[in-house]
Amino acid sequence: MSAPQFTSLTARAVLLPITDVDTDQIIPARFLKVTDKQGLGKNLFCDWRYNDDGSPKTDFVLNRPESQGAEILVAGHNFGCGSSREHAPWALVGWGLRAVVSTMFADIFRNNSLKNGFVPVTVEPALHAALLAALAQEPNMPVTVDLGGEEASVSWPGQAPVAFPIDPFARDCLLRGVDELGYIQAHEAQVKAYEAARA
Amino acid sequence: MSKFPRTLFQKIWDAHVVAEQPGAPAILYIDLHLVHEVTSPQAFSVLRERGLKVRCPDRTVATMDHSIPTRGGYEAADEMGRLQLRLLESNAKEHGVRLYGLNSVERGIVHVIGPEQGFTQPGMTIVCGDSHTSTHGAFGALGFGIGTSEVGHVLATQCLLQRKARTCEVRVDGRLQPGVTAKDIILALLAKIGVGGGTGHVFEYTGEAIRSLDMEGRMTICNMSIEGGARAGMIAPDEKTFAFVAGREFAPKGAAWDKALANWRTLPTDEGATYDRTVTLDASTLEPMVTFGTNPGQGVSINAPLPLPSSLSDPAERAGLEKSLAYMKLEGGKPLLGQKVDVVFLGSCTNSRLVDLRAAADMLRGRKVAQGVRMMVVPGSQSVKNAAEAEGLDKVFKEAGADWREAGCSMCIAMNGDQLAPGELAVSTSNRNFEGRQGKGGRTVLASPLTAAAAAITGCVTDPRTIGPNTPVVLGEKEVAS
Repeated sequence: MSAPQFTSLTARAVLLPITDVDTDQIIPARFLKVTDKQGLGKNLFCDWRYNDDGSPKTDFVLNRPESQGAEILVAGHNFGCGSSREHAPWALVGWGLRAVVSTMFADIFRNNSLKNGFVPVTVEPALHAALLAALAQEPNMPVTVDLGGEEASVSWPGQAPVAFPIDPFARDCLLRGVDELGYIQAHEAQVKAYEAARA
Repeated sequence: MSKFPRTLFQKIWDAHVVAEQPGAPAILYIDLHLVHEVTSPQAFSVLRERGLKVRCPDRTVATMDHSIPTRGGYEAADEMGRLQLRLLESNAKEHGVRLYGLNSVERGIVHVIGPEQGFTQPGMTIVCGDSHTSTHGAFGALGFGIGTSEVGHVLATQCLLQRKARTCEVRVDGRLQPGVTAKDIILALLAKIGVGGGTGHVFEYTGEAIRSLDMEGRMTICNMSIEGGARAGMIAPDEKTFAFVAGREFAPKGAAWDKALANWRTLPTDEGATYDRTVTLDASTLEPMVTFGTNPGQGVSINAPLPLPSSLSDPAERAGLEKSLAYMKLEGGKPLLGQKVDVVFLGSCTNSRLVDLRAAADMLRGRKVAQGVRMMVVPGSQSVKNAAEAEGLDKVFKEAGADWREAGCSMCIAMNGDQLAPGELAVSTSNRNFEGRQGKGGRTVLASPLTAAAAAITGCVTDPRTIGPNTPVVLGEKEVAS
């Protein structure tokens, strides 16, 4: 079974620098009735993105023509807080995004993202501000998220690569396409021994 | 036994590490896996694709709570909801997993029935594809929410890959004043630390105020730990904990009980153990709390003015507050008190247990829900519902004009058809006031059951301490009003 892979991405970015964006905004609960992972991208940020009649809100960032094809989201502090729904990264990936840059992510959201090849890039506030400023100047500027170097890093034209923290195990899994379930299953003997010792 | 003093969290962690390779997260053994219809379908699909079975059906408990109807009957709000419920039925059957299904007389919200049936016990690791799994920490367990990929990992292996979180002691000294409750403690904590203030940490709640709470109050507090971003919230088990667990259907019995109890008594944090951080609150100075914004950290004392965006120096914070106030159609600088209310929701895994219903019923007894206010009372489980009916609480609510429902998550997450209309303002005992959480365009004020009942009576946001006492009513031999 193949797991999602991620080595390096250079792509345009969309900006949604709002603090404390919860997973109910990313994908409202009424879309959680699915029994697979498909089709969630069209409802990503649904209530911010569409008018009551279903027409797109032209001023919402994901609806702007220049946002189409972007693969990196630049989000605000504490992105992905609230509900544990993995539907949130499924919806982000479903729209076409592959990485998100913020100054902090909620724990469960970060874990869920890494399992779907969606890379949370945590940066210092000053670097986040610099990225927003650079993108304000040059909205089509490509941003690079690279997991393959000595350290995971983010960079853009005029900004040398800056390392960002990522769980080394999760990074290795993403680089090699290794599946976490398979890793745990490989420890079945230890699990049995643990159970026997406790019984 | 380690010779170093350890925290409650550290002890449970140490007891559950199966293996830990250098550079890799620990493989943590999971004692209890709770499953519901919304976050499990894709996990069962992974098992099917790989030809795997649920490894430990006896450690797995499933319930239907998020999209089930609360009007009774079997009809979910829509076809997709129906399909999801049927899929959990067939998945549970295929894998031999115990299911509290639609026709179970004990079904209810996953975080209500776990403790109620005695599945939740001190010292356990407990997970569920649901962020409010932190509730179970009230029993001195390590309970935390996981995503659907991880639900699949636990179904298949009974284990999870985990990095150890940092610890944060939340010490709540002093005693609560009358009219102030566990819900107000947690809302005050969230107002102090913000919705990201606990990220990366497991909270352990300590102090006189916590010790003096009943188990239901402790569950309310641990439940909302996630609203501060904490991975989990825990409270050391004590005699109240043991008394709550004793005799429940799935609690240990006889010699097994004695053995378990001896182990549980070793769980509390050792003298001299340290936490990575400590946050303190003084319960004696707390007042009833209400939220005014669109995250649970945006709360104030009920009589206090809402913050003014102009008082915030950080532009992102100021923009966030402006956005919240605009959505809520509220003004900074004024208190929420007196704000007109359309709906009162008493329910959710935070505040839907018997003591919550009693507290609200005591205030509503002999009174009426205000004209123009719709009040919904949704017990956390069918067992809570039956116990409440045995005490006549249903009659109190119905006579007051409230809607008495079957158990479920209901309007807390608005997946089952119970929801706010756009623009409606609800005082709600649930846990999230995110935009649209209780229905698209709906506006949520989070509060305690007492504050919710007070709002139902007056039709506006009201300090519950200003609602005078009502006459005790004697039902049978049991006096149920205070």
